[in-house]
Amino acid sequence: MKKEFTITVYTENHIGLLNRIAIMFSRRKINIESLNTSPSEIEGIHRFTIVIHEVEDVVKKLVRQIEKQVEVLKAYYNNNDEIVWQELALYKVSTDKVIEDVKVERLLRQYGARAVVIRRDYTVFETTGHREEIDKLTEVLGNLGLIEFVRSARVAIINASSGFYEKLKEFEEEKPGDEIVENEFLDKQDEVFSM
Amino acid sequence: MSSATETMKKKKSESKETTVRPQGKVKAETSISGSVAVLEALVAEGVTDFFGYPGGAIMPIYDALYDYTDTLNHILVRHEQGGIHAAQGYARTSGKVGVVFATSGPGATNLVTGLADAQIDSTPLVCITGQVFAHLLGTDAFQETDVINITTPVTKWNYQVTDANEIPSVLAKAFYIARTGRPGPVLIDITKNAQVQKFDYQGYKPCSHIRSYRPKPIVRKEYIQAAAELINKAEKPFVLLGQGVILGEAEKEFKAFIEKGGIPTAATVLGLSALPTDHPLHVGMLGMHGNYGPNVLTNECDVLIAVGMRFDDRVTGRLDKYAKQAKVIHLDIDPAEIDKNVPATVPVWGDCKETLPLLTALIDKKDHPEWLNTFRKMQAEEEDVVINPELHPKGEVMTMGEVLEVLNELTGGDAVVVTDVGQHQMVTCRYAKFNKTRSNVTSGGLGTMGFALPAAIGAKFGAKDRPVVAVIGDGGFQMTLQELGTIMQFDVNVKIIILNNNFLGMVRQWQQLFHDRRYSFVNITSPDFVTVAKGYGIAGKSISKREGLKAALSEMLEHKGAYLLEIMVGKENNVFPMVPQGCGVAEIRLK
Repeated sequence: MKKEFTITVYTENHIGLLNRIAIMFSRRKINIESLNTSPSEIEGIHRFTIVIHEVEDVVKKLVRQIEKQVEVLKAYYNNNDEIVWQELALYKVSTDKVIEDVKVERLLRQYGARAVVIRRDYTVFETTGHREEIDKLTEVLGNLGLIEFVRSARVAIINASSGFYEKLKEFEEEKPGDEIVENEFLDKQDEVFSM
Repeated sequence: MSSATETMKKKKSESKETTVRPQGKVKAETSISGSVAVLEALVAEGVTDFFGYPGGAIMPIYDALYDYTDTLNHILVRHEQGGIHAAQGYARTSGKVGVVFATSGPGATNLVTGLADAQIDSTPLVCITGQVFAHLLGTDAFQETDVINITTPVTKWNYQVTDANEIPSVLAKAFYIARTGRPGPVLIDITKNAQVQKFDYQGYKPCSHIRSYRPKPIVRKEYIQAAAELINKAEKPFVLLGQGVILGEAEKEFKAFIEKGGIPTAATVLGLSALPTDHPLHVGMLGMHGNYGPNVLTNECDVLIAVGMRFDDRVTGRLDKYAKQAKVIHLDIDPAEIDKNVPATVPVWGDCKETLPLLTALIDKKDHPEWLNTFRKMQAEEEDVVINPELHPKGEVMTMGEVLEVLNELTGGDAVVVTDVGQHQMVTCRYAKFNKTRSNVTSGGLGTMGFALPAAIGAKFGAKDRPVVAVIGDGGFQMTLQELGTIMQFDVNVKIIILNNNFLGMVRQWQQLFHDRRYSFVNITSPDFVTVAKGYGIAGKSISKREGLKAALSEMLEHKGAYLLEIMVGKENNVFPMVPQGCGVAEIRLK
């Protein structure tokens, strides 16, 4: 069954890498729902956060292929329970409408939005949250004279991750450390060896 | 022509007096051009023979090459596609990195087919393309194409150089990436300004580590133990031999492994020749046109041990009917291959040169005479129905198989055999005898028609002391026959056999079997190949009668220099056995 997965990729900061990673999705006819690139906690190392809808088996194989790329240090995939994530949205609404309509103000409070710019002709609000919350607010504001709307890509932090710094030290050594590779079969040794 | 050569020589000696000749002796901390740095890198990496075609955007490098011709042997091809296939052939027979030069724009785009071929067949290449001046990038300048983005999906790594200072380190990286881990093609695009730019040369330092790149996964001892345990308990173990064994130079280690375990072994198309054809444990070839036993018994073995192969769909047939009963041990250097197509019971990550000896040490010395006999019985059945009629036909027309049979007799299995794509390729892979590793050069994964002729040129430069025989179909030969010019100019001693059935045979076979004999555009006419060869000063002959076959083949092999032999074979012969598309391996058809 297709589910939402967040792929986190740690890379060198090189020109062309975005394309190299993006075509791995398009080659398999997978739509990228959201893509964010940003610096990571380590200088010089970039971090991609990519959201897709796919079955887990495909995601697993895809992540291995991504990690194989020369300039990729590490790639992970997680489902929504395993990450903390946020998206940011900006809304441009007519200021008159905000003043006139009490409902707007209540809505904005309810969704934790805050004003970024207030002008005579329009006001820009900002909110952060999960996709569903943002979608809901967009829908309601849509009926109340929303002039412009934009939403950012997802940024996510992996719950279980203990940071990339230690991992990087390992990568920088000529002889990389002993990496644990999970294998579902080896965990069930008895079944495997009863022949 | 001779006077031209003289003037050239004269000019060269003059230039000797006026310019310092570098020859891999450029001292660090001197000022050199980016172009000289490129050639210094090639010399330092031990490149001897390479291929290319000049053009506007790569002219500074070719200008520098003028002073390097005594250390670097550049072979001028007739088309960049020919250049890259030649580099592939060279890499396949020599085990070294193949190198090709091309100019920007069309020169670079002509490399794309070869890059895709090298990528899917894991062939180590370094391609250097010229590019327009950096300040012209993105302006639709003359012969500008976005080579980096065009080649990204078909290269292991690519990089655009716009500053000469980067050249030594980028080329060191290129060679390192191309040859280590799972090898593959690398493309370096160098803008013209970087080629002419002078910079402070700090010497060439080979690359041995890139932090984001791990060529070899760590060998995990517990997986080796688990694998050995499975093998020791197996009653019907079966080994699949892939090209990884050749790429990892682990032929000896592989042989020791199967001999200790007494395990029957079948090769993929690209794995052929890693184990001598007549080895008692060699039971044949896998795949769509592979042997009967190996295909059927894949679905009867209890432990399937895949070494350096990637379970291509042409090997597995329908995946949900493939080796479902077997525990699978998969040895591969590329972690992304594990579980990609066939789930591995025990994955053995790592370089098989390291993992195979570890595994051999832990397995019991064993024979599996009965199990091996099952293969032999099926072999006998296949001989009756398919092999004997193909190798010793009763009919009047010649078969492809009988040509190979006589060729084996004459070469003894010592030749490098290069094939194109189609029926002749499958027949050659099925019947050619190989004594030595790196003897079978063919386009496996991509199935590139037109591969053989240029690849044979490269194969000869990669294995100068071995006979090289290219077996090509009448269709594929016409795709790259311009490379006869390269053969002529550089006196390349390759023997060319054209197996001519006046059809695009493999497509015709499918149309016959699966499309009601609706022969749609497979009827291909050919020029008089012998006359074409003659135009290039290449000796040749055409035969259509069995009586002349042996004499013609020995004349070809004994001829000094290149030779083209056209052999007319049956028009509507089919290659069998065959696993029809969409069927499981056990549903292989003998006729």
